[in-house]
Amino acid sequence: MIFLQVAAKDLRSELRTKESLNASLSFAVVILLLFSFAFDPSGEAVAEFSGGLLWLVFAFAGALILNRSFARELPNDCLEVLLASPVSGAQLFLGKSIASFLLLLGIELLCLPIFGIFYNITWTPKFLPLLGVFVLGTWGLTILGTLFSALTVNLSLRELMLPMLLYPMLIPALMAAMRLTTILLSGNDIGGDDLVWLRLLIGFDVVFTTLALALVETILVR
Amino acid sequence: MAAPVLAVEHVYKYFGDYPALRDVSFSLRGGECLALLGRNGAGKTTMLKILAGLSGAAQGEVKLFGASPRQPAARRRIGLLGHGIGVYDELTAIENLTIFAQLYGVSKSVAREWLERTHLAHVADSPVREFSRGMRQRLAVARAFLHSPAILILDEPFTALDDRAIALLQTLLSEAKAAGRTIIMSTHQLREAMELASHVALIERGKLVHFGPRTPEMLMDPGYVYRTFGAV
Repeated sequence: MIFLQVAAKDLRSELRTKESLNASLSFAVVILLLFSFAFDPSGEAVAEFSGGLLWLVFAFAGALILNRSFARELPNDCLEVLLASPVSGAQLFLGKSIASFLLLLGIELLCLPIFGIFYNITWTPKFLPLLGVFVLGTWGLTILGTLFSALTVNLSLRELMLPMLLYPMLIPALMAAMRLTTILLSGNDIGGDDLVWLRLLIGFDVVFTTLALALVETILVR
Repeated sequence: MAAPVLAVEHVYKYFGDYPALRDVSFSLRGGECLALLGRNGAGKTTMLKILAGLSGAAQGEVKLFGASPRQPAARRRIGLLGHGIGVYDELTAIENLTIFAQLYGVSKSVAREWLERTHLAHVADSPVREFSRGMRQRLAVARAFLHSPAILILDEPFTALDDRAIALLQTLLSEAKAAGRTIIMSTHQLREAMELASHVALIERGKLVHFGPRTPEMLMDPGYVYRTFGAV
């Protein structure tokens, strides 16, 4: 279970410095606040765009966390030392993905009540299915983002490159997560035709997790 | 004769069109220590990165204990001390060593032992960012030696070390050599390197222009290698 040790190391580092955590959380809250001025929070249309708004916030805030995933290893050449250790690229990648996933999920769960207050949305009755969608969507975002974090770690413009690579690839997962979140925040259950979005989200996670684990060793050792 | 611990056969490496390494071949056995010499940009660090499995060769083959350096079994036996110290500033000394002990499957108590050995036990619970440069370097040495590696790959290990760290590193390398471990180090500190080395290699513009046992002339006059085998 070396990947769990890698994840624990990343979480401990981040919780001690709070570099990306503070940036990501404050960015998410500011966007939620600004959009609440742009739209009428009491309007009926809010529920219609709630999923889209939330997931755009999560995707932008997530990029700040994901950028740090491999960049955290650059000072003191820690990445070289990790790659020279018996940790395989897949284990390193999985550990980093789990750490970023937990950090991002934590930010999402903090944002949800703030979103509820700003936009007058009642989310508590559907919390458990919402949590399920958040977990699936965030895993897709994290797995792809961590892969691109590994790919761009040595680039000087990595803060720019990661979102440019990540967001187009993430469109299917984002569409599914947005649709499912909107359904739940509108007070409905996921069922019938909407199950296709759930299947898409699960399929995205499975396919990209498998691909990333297979490719990451080649990406890290060039 | 014992099988080589490290075998490098006809290795080439290119950065774009630039040949960083050209047809490099040599081998080392257990207990041998190679001083890898060469001017800046000659290809020493590239060679060491390939040996440590951090970079792949364009052509040729590197074998550590008969396996690719990217095999986990081979990597478990490598101790790497590169240009960076390879420890996390935001974590404490003991947390750093404990992480690497876990990654190498070594008991956590070994981490404490190495802090004692490197005279860092009194700052075990302090974050590395509060350490002086010498203390950070000693922690890096502890990290590299923590799992008793069978092969030590050291990239300019004496550069920027304080006196205490140089003395510590020389002692540890002498002990490692006596214990039959293989050492390969690139360095510009010729005097320190020649005292430890059993073999000397000189790389110039990616080409291995000399590889052989260290001779008494090299020990007495460290500049001898460059003058005798290097281009003017």
